[in-house]
Amino acid sequence: MNPICWVPQDAAALSVGADEVAAALAAAGAEVRRNGSRGLLWAEPLVEVETDPGRVGFAQVTPLDVRPVLAADTGHPKCIGVVDDHPWLTGQLRVSFARVGVIEPTSLSSYAEHGGWAGLRRALSMSPEQVVEEVVASGLRGRGGAGFPAGVKWRTVAGTQADQKFVCCNFDEGDSGTFADRMIVEGDPFTLLEGMTIAGYAVGATEGYVYVRSEYPHAVATLRRAIDLAYTQGFLGPDVLGSGVRLDLHVRVGAGAYLCGEESSMLDSLEGKRGEVRAKPPIPAISGLFGQPTLVNNVLTLCAVPAIVAAGGASYAELGRGRSLGTQVFQLAGNVARGGIVELPFGVTLRELVEDWGGGTRSGRPVRAVQVGGPLGAYVPPHQFDTPLDYEEFAGIGAMVGHGGVVVFDDTVDMARMARFAFEFCGEESCGKCTPCRIGSARGVDVMDEVLAGRNVDANLILLDDLCETMTKGSLCAMGGLTPMPVRSALRHWPEDFAQLAERTSRQGAPKGTGARRGGAKHQGAQ
Amino acid sequence: MVRKPPTADVGARVDVVRAIAAARLEDRGPLMPVLHDVMAEFGYIDHADVVAIADVLNLSVADVHGVVSFYKDFRTAPAPAHIVALCRGEACQSVGAEALYAAARYAAAAGDYGPDTEVEQVFCFGNCALGPSGTIDGRLVGRLDPDRLSALTQEWRS
Ligand SMILES: Cc1cc2nc3c(=O)[nH]c(=O)nc-3n(C[C@H](O)[C@H](O)[C@H](O)COP(=O)(O)O)c2cc1C
Ligand code: SF4
Ligand code: FES
Repeated sequence: MNPICWVPQDAAALSVGADEVAAALAAAGAEVRRNGSRGLLWAEPLVEVETDPGRVGFAQVTPLDVRPVLAADTGHPKCIGVVDDHPWLTGQLRVSFARVGVIEPTSLSSYAEHGGWAGLRRALSMSPEQVVEEVVASGLRGRGGAGFPAGVKWRTVAGTQADQKFVCCNFDEGDSGTFADRMIVEGDPFTLLEGMTIAGYAVGATEGYVYVRSEYPHAVATLRRAIDLAYTQGFLGPDVLGSGVRLDLHVRVGAGAYLCGEESSMLDSLEGKRGEVRAKPPIPAISGLFGQPTLVNNVLTLCAVPAIVAAGGASYAELGRGRSLGTQVFQLAGNVARGGIVELPFGVTLRELVEDWGGGTRSGRPVRAVQVGGPLGAYVPPHQFDTPLDYEEFAGIGAMVGHGGVVVFDDTVDMARMARFAFEFCGEESCGKCTPCRIGSARGVDVMDEVLAGRNVDANLILLDDLCETMTKGSLCAMGGLTPMPVRSALRHWPEDFAQLAERTSRQGAPKGTGARRGGAKHQGAQ
Repeated sequence: MVRKPPTADVGARVDVVRAIAAARLEDRGPLMPVLHDVMAEFGYIDHADVVAIADVLNLSVADVHGVVSFYKDFRTAPAPAHIVALCRGEACQSVGAEALYAAARYAAAAGDYGPDTEVEQVFCFGNCALGPSGTIDGRLVGRLDPDRLSALTQEWRS
């Protein structure tokens, strides 16, 4: 019999040669199956070969490794043993990602065999109000960044009367350092469809849109295929599973605008407009897409729903801590030895993530900073690594959990440069609608250029502080409003990166004093 | 993303664009999908296309133009023969993306990637654990460095 080999078709695996490996294995006589990624991205291409004890994995496989893989040679240096027993996985608690990497992404039978549709079937046996209350009871909060309680939003949409309501999935995943939305859709797309169908039923929406960023062509293809398949088997369409419930789903692709991840500009983009932020109120739950009540949730929020409804909201709420309940899908990225997906209940610390799962930096140098929660998130210094990952705890240290991205930097990072970059990024992606963000981002780059060049550092850091204050208070949305978060955290925790240059300046005879240090101290005091 | 030669017959192109737009008239908010379809067909969106789309979808030319100009993906002139897009997101920066980007811009300007290659910046491909990341004529590649980039673009030089 030909050995059965699993080769991921996840975009990350493809980016390091998975297709070439799949072709080589097929040519050597293997029966090749394609899965999503197990999330051990450091091991990609991670090839698994089926054996009696289980699927045996080989890490960073190249076409030259075909022979040991086919022989399931457990003595080979690239062999990592039975993948299900690997500590990197056994130490996690996979709820949303339970099937990712295990099943064939667009096989309906595989999905059903692994517990698929249990949530939808249970939901359809309940009233819409009961489904909403399960989500309320789960304590689920929006995974897109803001952490707004999902159940509360669902109640609002459900309670708003209208002829037409919509459910929209925010799959813009623009935050650098994040990729969980992409991986769950590429690896287990039916979970999202199931979550959206349950959501549609619960709030009374009959039409849904998934807004995907254009940088994700593989996810778009997988999603489209999954939707087509779901229609053919009656999981979508006018009569979902014979219940009389309707949901039609459409995929819409963005066009290279980070801001279209902000929900109101996403809705404008869906309507065929420039992706500019709308003033609130009204909130989308009351007046959203084409002015109709619209439920907007992130991919991970919606993907948590099937498991919540299947097992009951209360059991999900047993996980996590405080007001951060359930699991969070952390994404370990950047300069990290073992990057990938780590799904765990809230409450795990950054130290555990970065040191235990991540294994420190890829470069082998000391960790200097970790940015959590995307480009608008704070840089966290090592002395705060024992803070539990929890929305409130992170807010308490001037940081945010956001979409769960954890980006590691080693000691070669220049934090003043990262502060400059935060403004540069804001300037690139600003929609330009309000002045603090449009002008502030450009001014921020100028000011940081001055600081980096060591010119009038003292005065420029005062200017920087004013600028941050204006952007925080005066911006219409979190793009301008949160750009100061990475900037201020860099200045607060690594004043020496700003001060060093000041000292260099004073040595050159320019303005005396260690203004930068005073600036840094001032920020520390303000915290 | 290979450039298609501009259609010799401008009238024929307008007919194709009108048909593309008409095919989506039933959709809600069809403008973005229509613009993507035109990009897929011709590689860029011409001013004449904007006028035709506005007419078919019953929008103002200014509105359609406003949307085309808002989104980075929509080109208004033919694309170069080859595109290297490199990630400048923070995760990729932590493993050397800025130096790679600078080196690639320099190399492209010097003709190292062939006569008609553009190096673009992108903020994140969702491949942040295997950076620096980029796409080479649309194909995603991870763990990039200048040498690997050079090897992957070799055939464009001849
Ligand atoms: C600049 C900006 C970018 C955003 N990008 C995303 C994104 O890519 N994906 C996402 O789900 N939410 C994003 N959000 C948050 C959304 O506005 C919104 O809160 C979210 O989609 C709601 O879903 P949730 O409650 O399930 O998180 C962004 C917000 C801002 C201000
Ligand atoms: S803060 Fe920036 S991105 Fe947000 S609305 Fe204002 S200009 Fe647009
Ligand atoms: S930050 Fe470069 S791929 Fe995400």
